[in-house]
Parts: sequence; C-alpha cells; structure tokens
Amino acid sequence: MTPDAIGDLTVFVLSLLVGFEVISRVPATLHTPLMSAANAVHGVVLVGAIAIGTTAHTPFGYALAFLACAFAAMNVVGGYAVTDRMLHMFRSPAGRR
Amino acid sequence: MSPAESAVAVVYLAAAACFVVGLHLMNAPATARRGNTLSGAGMAAAVAATLVLAAVSGEASPIAWAVIAAGTSLGAAAGLYAALNVRMTAMPQLVSLFNAVGGGAAALIGGYEYLRLAEEGRPGAAVTALVALDAVIGAVAFSGSLVAAGKLHGLVAGHPVVFRGRGALDALLVLAAAGGCAALVAGAGGAWPLAAAVAAALALGVVGVLAIGGADMPVVVSLLNACTGIAVAMAGFVVGNAMMVIAGALVGASGAILTKLMADAMNRPLRAILVGGYGTGDEDAGGGPARQGVATVTADDAAIRLAYASRVIMVPGYGLAAAQAQHELRELAERLEAGGVRVDYAVHPVAGRMPGHMNVLLAEAKVPYPQMKEMEEVNPEFARADVALVVGANDVTNPAARRPGNAVSGMPILDVDKAETVIVIKRSLGHGYAGIDNELYTDPRTRMFLGDAKQALAELTAAVKALAA
Repeated sequence: MTPDAIGDLTVFVLSLLVGFEVISRVPATLHTPLMSAANAVHGVVLVGAIAIGTTAHTPFGYALAFLACAFAAMNVVGGYAVTDRMLHMFRSPAGRR
Repeated sequence: MSPAESAVAVVYLAAAACFVVGLHLMNAPATARRGNTLSGAGMAAAVAATLVLAAVSGEASPIAWAVIAAGTSLGAAAGLYAALNVRMTAMPQLVSLFNAVGGGAAALIGGYEYLRLAEEGRPGAAVTALVALDAVIGAVAFSGSLVAAGKLHGLVAGHPVVFRGRGALDALLVLAAAGGCAALVAGAGGAWPLAAAVAAALALGVVGVLAIGGADMPVVVSLLNACTGIAVAMAGFVVGNAMMVIAGALVGASGAILTKLMADAMNRPLRAILVGGYGTGDEDAGGGPARQGVATVTADDAAIRLAYASRVIMVPGYGLAAAQAQHELRELAERLEAGGVRVDYAVHPVAGRMPGHMNVLLAEAKVPYPQMKEMEEVNPEFARADVALVVGANDVTNPAARRPGNAVSGMPILDVDKAETVIVIKRSLGHGYAGIDNELYTDPRTRMFLGDAKQALAELTAAVKALAA
C-alpha cells in the first residue's frame, strides 16, 4: 500500500469511530432531526460532483456530471433547509427546557 | 501543492470539523439548531472553496462550467422548494428522497471516474475496487430510498411485498453485483461489468425494501442514510478528497448507531426488519366488528369526563399523525386548560412515523415544549391522572407488553392503563403494527371513541365548549 492510501484509510477509520461516539447521548426526541442532519452532511458529495464536472469533456461526461451536480445540490440544500425547519419548531413561546 | 490548494485543504479541514461539532450539538434540543447552522456553514465554505479551486486551476471548459452551474442551481432550487413547502407529516419521505439523490450522486461520481480513468489506460485494482463499492452501495441507497419514500407517501403499497423465490432472487442479485464488481476489478469486459453490477444493485434496493412493511420504513431510511454516507466516503477516496471521506464515514457510523437506536426503541431486531415480510403496513384500516367487552363513549360523555378532570394526559400516536390532527389536539388541550385542567402530552419514543417525529408534529402545532413528556418522565404520572386520552396510539399502550410470550413482549409502553379513565380515539378496533389485540381496549376503565382522529377531536372540542357555555 502507498503512504497516501494508508493516510486515507486512517482518516476513514478514525472518522467512523468519531461518528459512533459523536451522537452517543442523543435523546429519542431528536432522532428524526438528527437523521435529517446526517442526511444533509452527506450532501458534501456535491464537492465531488463539482470536481468531476471540471474534468468533463464529452457529451456523456457532461450528462453524468450534470445529473450528479443536480442530485447532490438537491441533497445538500434540501437537507439543511428541512432540518432547520424541523429544529425551528422546537423553540416554544414558553421557553426552552 | 500550490498556495490555492493548501488554502482549500485548510478550508476542507475546517468544514470537516464543523460537521463533527455540528452533529455533536444535535445531542440536545437547546443547541441542535446551532449545530445544524454550523454544519451548514462548513458545507457552504467547502463548496465555495471547491469552486474557487476549480476556477484557479482553469481546468474546466466553459461548457463544463455551464453544466455545473445548471445542474447545481436546478438541484438546489428543487431541494429548497421541497424542503420549504413539505407538510411536516410528509417530512420522513422527503428525507428519504434527499437520501436517494445523495446516493445516486455518489454512484454517478464512481461511474464517471471509472470511465475517465479508463480513457487513460487500465485503472488500478485499488481504485477500481473503490469505484465498485461506491457505485454499488450508492445504487442500493438510491433505489431503496426511492421505494421507501414511495411507501411512506402511499405511492407504493405499505404491506410487505413477498413472493415465492424472493430469497433466491435476492441471492441472485447479490451474486450478480458481487460478480460484476469482481470482473471489473479483474479488468475483464471494460465498463460493462460495472453497468451490470449497478443494475443488480438497483434491483436489489427495490426488491429488498419492497419486502419490508411500511411501519419499519423509518429504520430502513436510517440504514440507507448510513449506506449513502459510506458510498460518499468511497466517492471521496475515488476523487481523492479527504473531507468527503471524513463526512461520509461520519454519517455512515452515526447513521448505523441511529438505526440501532431506532430498532431498539421499536423493540425489533434489525435482522428481522431487513429479512422483511413481518407485520402489516401501517395501522390496519379494516373496520372489523366491535369485539366483546369493548365499551364505547359518546362525544358529550367524553367531554364531561375531560372537562371535570383535574389532570389529563394526551397520548398521541401514529393515527394522529396520519389524520394530521395535531392542531385539533392542541386546540382541545387549550380549551381544557382554559377550564383549569392540567394537560400534559406523553410522547412514546417511537410515536409517529419515526422516533422523535411526534415531537416535531406537536411542536409544529405550537404545543409548548415543556408539556411534552418523555416516557420515563410521564409513566409515574398516569396513576395521578383522571383521564388519559389516547389518540391513534396502539401497540405502545398495550399492557400485554408486560407479559412474555407475545409480539410486543418487552417493548417499553406508556402506562396508560394506570389512569382513572382511559378514552381511546381510534378509527377502528383493528390491530396495530404488531398484529395483536390491544388488551387496553377491553379494560373496564377504557372507553372507546371510534372515528377519524381529526373529526373526533373537533367533536370533543365542540362538546367541551358547549359545557363551558
């Protein structure tokens, strides 16, 4: 394995462990918003979609890049917006717990 | 590394930190919104940095820029429109839809990169394996999430679709996907094995999710969410972007934990859900004759019991969400409070469509957050309540769960039967998701008020109003 590959693998494994730990104490109340928030975070795939878009130079390549950009943008924008809408409702006139 | 590349790498690292801290802030209601904003800010910075780097490198042709701009703005507009206009009851299927397109994008990136590398000669085995994983996992998440969204929205039948030879078909599709991946890594047949593997993965997502009952969809959506996370991490490996690897792995792991938490809260082993064929769809719509020993109640009688109580606990369930009656429930509660009744809401961890969904629905109806009580907090209170008003909840109130040997055994329940009187608003005497009789309904303290939740609550509110007049 190349040093680069080892580095990537290290990042991947450590990130998995962080993911297991980071939401360990979430109350059931927040399960749905949390799922939605995590859903928005994987919208980071938009960065990859833009990256492949910059190298496209054939009609088929353009089509794939277009679809990937549209899908990813929908994921990321919609994901954050709907999570924010959900969490907005947790504010109550009577104050927070 | 050029200075621009170094700067972008630092922005990516900061964005990854924002994702981690943002998700961590989601652990408490008070900080959750800030967490989402932080994560969103990190995301915006990452996307902006990517665009700047692409512009500086000058690699992209004008057509490529137009393609990126058109695709991104189209997707962003569609996502924003859907997110801002969806009704909160339909929100789970929208999350599933967003998950589907995320998985689809990851799969497309894998396919594109493979074709690009193949132009320059045969891609290496390591990158090909990552492409194969990315495309296959992304494709399963794509088609599976679409079917899950269809089930949640009622476009696809909610009951498990099982047929003879389903197990064999599943096995065949898994073999086809694995075989395609193996051939791709071995370098046989160019891109065709990749196409075959993706086709098999798409079919697997459809067949697999079709076999699972509608009520289990939240757990499935959560699992597919984790799958998309892993696919995105693989896409990150393929395009050489460490931030995508971090974010994808983060979502993959936290999604897996969340799936486990949800399955536990529903008292269902994850394996049983995935094997499928269990339970019906959502709540049984069938009428069914009234059973022996069930006492019904009229709106006026129920209103008297409610209005002259000193404590009432509302127990909302899936039926309330299905009838979208959360506003009517809050109106009734306010009317009772105006008459001096203390009202609380008992929220079971899995009430509604998915864990936490009921809190969102009640919050949307402007129920004050302190009035929503979680199960552990409210269960001792039932003994002091005059009336427990159960609206469209079934299995989570079944006392049979305290005994071993039935489908709901061991499931944590709300101790509704400890209240002085129990009034149950329900469409029919049909079974809940677990498919067994609810012993609560034949309890001598229980009165059934049969009808649609929305209409029944409106009738009750009118009757309570009439009493006060």
